[in-house]
Amino acid sequence: MNSAVIVFPGSNCDRDLAVALEQVTGRKPAMVWHKEAELPEGLDFIGVPGGFSYGDYLRSGAMAARSPVMRAVKDAAACGVPVIGICNGFQVLTEAGMLPGALMRNARLSFVCREVPLRVENSQSLFTANYDAGEEIVFPVAHHDGNFQADEATLDRLEGEGRVAFRYVDEVNGSARRIAGILNDSGNVLGLMPHPERVIEPAHGGTDGRRLFEGLLETVNA
Amino acid sequence: MKARVFITLKNGVLDPQGKAIHHALEGLGFSGVNDVRAGKLIELDLADGTSDPEIEDMCRKLLANTVIENFRIERLEPAAA
Repeated sequence: MNSAVIVFPGSNCDRDLAVALEQVTGRKPAMVWHKEAELPEGLDFIGVPGGFSYGDYLRSGAMAARSPVMRAVKDAAACGVPVIGICNGFQVLTEAGMLPGALMRNARLSFVCREVPLRVENSQSLFTANYDAGEEIVFPVAHHDGNFQADEATLDRLEGEGRVAFRYVDEVNGSARRIAGILNDSGNVLGLMPHPERVIEPAHGGTDGRRLFEGLLETVNA
Repeated sequence: MKARVFITLKNGVLDPQGKAIHHALEGLGFSGVNDVRAGKLIELDLADGTSDPEIEDMCRKLLANTVIENFRIERLEPAAA
């Protein structure tokens, strides 16, 4: 599986994501700087990592979403290439209009940094094939702006179309309907606040995140 | 010419920062504050002749996230010489 990780000024989970992808796929991902207007040929997967791109200026993810590389990411996603946005990457994808809704300041204003249980709501997607529907898994979160909000009609549509991939088991940040991760309408773009790339090997305290990348690898290779 | 863009959260969108400011005001003994909403002010120094639709385009494409925010544009006439 040929993968790429997008790197913005202020990204800080790009290396973690690259290590996770290399461990699971056996190949180092291409690290693509935000000023590139084109992506490498033949990509099977694109990761938009966590961090504080452009210092969260204006709104989290707002500046990164308008950078040259994001036009190429949008084009690739439109052609069906799987794209994952983790944490700040999720914020970038919503700001770029690739996913609905917005991520606002956490309801209690505090930065939340801990492991949280999640429920897998959709186990049929490209990214969740290695989980069981309704299964509880644990990923860490580390964010200040993770409060997912959208209008009621959008929320109903996301729920009705099976596009809520992950839901927080407990209240974490004020997100509408405790939504932790969503899919786009074609199912090839996933955005989530929790960090699967931080639970890849037993030394991390868990391996629930590894299964996300393994499931994706199996789907891409199938 | 200069213009100011006021960006505010849409009605009904929870404003945690506004809430925190509200609590802090109450903590300082200011009673009678019914609600607080926090927003942003962006000042633009623009080429003369920049049209309203152009400024609105800037707001929609970058300055405001219209999923959660409203914007209002205020043109500041240059001071008379």
